[in-house]
Amino acid sequence: MSIRIDREACVGCGLCREVCPGNLIRADAQGRAYLKRPEECWGCASCLKECAHGAIYYYLGADIGGRGGLMQVRSAGDLTHWVITRPGEPPVTITVDRRSANKY
Amino acid sequence: MMKQQYLTCDLLIIGGGTAGCYAAITAARRSPELQILIAEKANIKRSGCLAAGVNALNAYITEGQTVQDYLEFVRWDAEGIIRDDLVRTMAERFNEATADLEQMGLVIQKDERGRYVSRGKQNIKINGENIKPILAAQVRRYGNVRVLNHLNMTQLLLDAGRVVGAAGFSVLEEQAYAISARAVLIATGGAAGLYRPNNPGFSRHKMWYPPFNTGAGYAMGIRAGAEMTSFEMRFVAQRCKDTIAPTGTIALGAGAREVNALGEVFEQRYGLSTSGRAYGASNEAREGRGPCYLRTEGISAQQEEDLLKAYLNMAPAQTLKWIESGSLPSRQNVEVEGTEPYIVGGHTASGFWVDTRRRTTVPGLYAAGDVSGGAPKKFVTGALAEGAIAAEAVLDDLGEQSDGSQADFRALAQPVLEEYQSRLAAKSGEAFDVFALEEAMQKVMDEYAGGIRTGYRYNANQLSLARSQIASLAALAETLRAEDMDELVHIYELTDRLTVCQTLIAHLLERRETRWPGFAIHTDYPAPRAEEERYVNSRLVDGQIRVFRRELVKEGAYEHTD
Repeated sequence: MSIRIDREACVGCGLCREVCPGNLIRADAQGRAYLKRPEECWGCASCLKECAHGAIYYYLGADIGGRGGLMQVRSAGDLTHWVITRPGEPPVTITVDRRSANKY
Repeated sequence: MMKQQYLTCDLLIIGGGTAGCYAAITAARRSPELQILIAEKANIKRSGCLAAGVNALNAYITEGQTVQDYLEFVRWDAEGIIRDDLVRTMAERFNEATADLEQMGLVIQKDERGRYVSRGKQNIKINGENIKPILAAQVRRYGNVRVLNHLNMTQLLLDAGRVVGAAGFSVLEEQAYAISARAVLIATGGAAGLYRPNNPGFSRHKMWYPPFNTGAGYAMGIRAGAEMTSFEMRFVAQRCKDTIAPTGTIALGAGAREVNALGEVFEQRYGLSTSGRAYGASNEAREGRGPCYLRTEGISAQQEEDLLKAYLNMAPAQTLKWIESGSLPSRQNVEVEGTEPYIVGGHTASGFWVDTRRRTTVPGLYAAGDVSGGAPKKFVTGALAEGAIAAEAVLDDLGEQSDGSQADFRALAQPVLEEYQSRLAAKSGEAFDVFALEEAMQKVMDEYAGGIRTGYRYNANQLSLARSQIASLAALAETLRAEDMDELVHIYELTDRLTVCQTLIAHLLERRETRWPGFAIHTDYPAPRAEEERYVNSRLVDGQIRVFRRELVKEGAYEHTD
């Protein structure tokens, strides 16, 4: 369970570092985000929701069934688009509207 | 050299999760003059249990139900070991707190007549993905609430038996804090990471309860001599395999029954209590009929889509797993497993022994949420309710209190701040680091104190081994040194967990029965015993854990008298 940060896409805004409940995301010398201890990530996805630059990917460790899939979040107002890419498969996008309650 | 900062406030709230934020909101509304400070280890916007969100409010008095119904439900589920006064006062506020959350912006599903849509007798449906940002934004509306994020508090400061503040340090920079306060509310949550987890390797933190809730509040209270209750009532959650995501959404939302590997529904053999459900799945596997599943095969396309969305709002790993594996729930049942045990007063009765108004046994110290004992099944609204109850008690008590501590606060704090400095030192060839000792602790607890490895089973011999080995690890932990602030946090977290383990083991030894087989099986006493229908409480006296019993509190309010 962890996240991967694309340091090329990171603009160093610091929002992900601010919200990580485990204080796990730190800044390198250029101010770009990196995950200090990948095995300590809880998988809450708070950082993905903060990142407006698509620099953070969420993945499952191989020990819990991860097989190379990556998930990203794109927010647009009340809509949250969760985009999942998998090796050799078309991407899947699931959109959640913040204004609507869960059906369950 | 670590910098030192001294701060003063009226009310110090340690932990800005659900209970802590709502306590601040309640106190700030009632008393705009009160100087309130929240000390939060991460950032209140996304800290605590609800960082990822929550997809239902599981404690609500729905139409036709009463507070008494909820009390009887909790009593049944906890096999009698609850505090009536605490559950009742909490349940009385569920609906008020819910309405308040909706006012703040929480989306709650309503029917065509504008009534909340229920999911069973006690639950209502919400979109709670942003519940923490909503609470955090509300906190920021009050000018008399100051939030210090990324501040890790480790030690309560006492003067003549009364709490007069606390000490801690920044997670990010070399800065120590001593905060004097007329009252301190602990709302740090429960304890995860005591036992070896389901996924002990790379995904070790893919657990249900937040791995960053390390039992700091329990440990601070224990060290300050506060009375604790019911640590032996551990919580084992039944969760989706690997992702350890909640199962209630599938069971209650999609109406999925639990089946064993033979496809048999087995719940009638074990009962429907939380402990009974956990025991059922683990015992079916133990007897060769595992693994167990939630039977989702055949759900409709709409149900499946709703499930995928619901999990994105609270446990996104599960949705990713469904998509990535191609095993969508309509085509494949969802395998379940039991978690490692947690100590969490929001689900069981473990925590501070408090009076009806959430005062602990240490003057000046209050407790709310998962850290507070006696009131299982708090869930989100119960944490809010307890935050409000404790805040009101603080306001009433401060009104009667003439002045603050007369002691020299700096002199009280200085030894603690010096300890931080002394721990932050270059390493000199130590054999172990903090992570090695954490792993050792989890192994001892797993094997000798009823972890996953033994199917939550233990006996007195094993517990005695656990007690001595945890004590030796605690002694080793005293020698640890930190190279940076991040490592310093981990050292104090390990120390807190070891403190909680020691109290937990003492409680497990004392309860000579098996009351909650899904949570703990004492193989020397494999059945419930009528004479054990009492609380197991404890207190640290002169460095020794003293364990004693109290009779069940049934009628009226409870005050500390002895």
